[in-house]
Amino acid sequence: MNVPAAWYLVLAAILFGIGAFGLLTRRSALIMLMCLELMLNAANLTFVTFSRTLSDISGQAIVFFVMVVAAAEVTVGLGIVVAIFRRRSSTSVDDLSELKG
Amino acid sequence: MIATTYAVPSVLIFVTSAALILIGALGVIVVKNPVHAALSLIMTLIGVAVAFVAQSADFLAAVQIIVYAGAIVVLFLFVIMFLGVDHRSTTELEPLVGQRAFAAIGVLITIAGLITLMAKSNWVTGALSVSNAGQPIATGNGNVKQLGMAVFTTYIFAFEATAALLIIAVVGAVVLARRERTILSDEVDV
Repeated sequence: MNVPAAWYLVLAAILFGIGAFGLLTRRSALIMLMCLELMLNAANLTFVTFSRTLSDISGQAIVFFVMVVAAAEVTVGLGIVVAIFRRRSSTSVDDLSELKG
Repeated sequence: MIATTYAVPSVLIFVTSAALILIGALGVIVVKNPVHAALSLIMTLIGVAVAFVAQSADFLAAVQIIVYAGAIVVLFLFVIMFLGVDHRSTTELEPLVGQRAFAAIGVLITIAGLITLMAKSNWVTGALSVSNAGQPIATGNGNVKQLGMAVFTTYIFAFEATAALLIIAVVGAVVLARRERTILSDEVDV
């Protein structure tokens, strides 16, 4: 008997938590984008696990679309990071405080 | 008890992928050097690809390696090299008091909630898909065929929408990263 789906679901939950913790605590915009990738991968892992358990290919199709959206998100996100770095020579999100009241 | 009731290869594959994923993910959030964080991210992505193969998602595992490790992380590394490695440590300072503790508590509650929710609902519930005639998902070439059929029939609209999304993302990235020489000269008050 193969490993139950529950193990992979727990693994995905922990991966999501690690990504969320990094997103909340790290200051560099680049690292925050990487933590976002971790969280997206946790969701993908959950999708694939449910896809196998319910033998429905739709889960894998959705993972495919999530990957495309992740690629687009990273492209635009890194473009924004580069544009901000041009203006203020820093990628720390703490330096972006113009909108503070 | 657990180790004896499940097939040894599947347990070994799970342990391998879990180790890769968790060590890599912890590396991303712990290391100071962004280049090392990107390399840790590759480790996590390869671990997820191993988990994909173990769960009969062969095509997605290949895409995971090619798109994530091959394109997205390389894009990260390009930007890190372009901006220069930021050696100022940003991990120690904590502008909001107790932010890290609150983040840890919130994340622990989230993980515990997710696991409790799944455990209470018997982990995976629901009827088996009827679209696949109750057969397990194929591996290898059959997986590519099944996924291709799903993407190009059921999800054709989403597929076309992702094409438009990618074009928009590329144009947006070019516009954002372009150096605007003419406007830069008269924007002195920013």
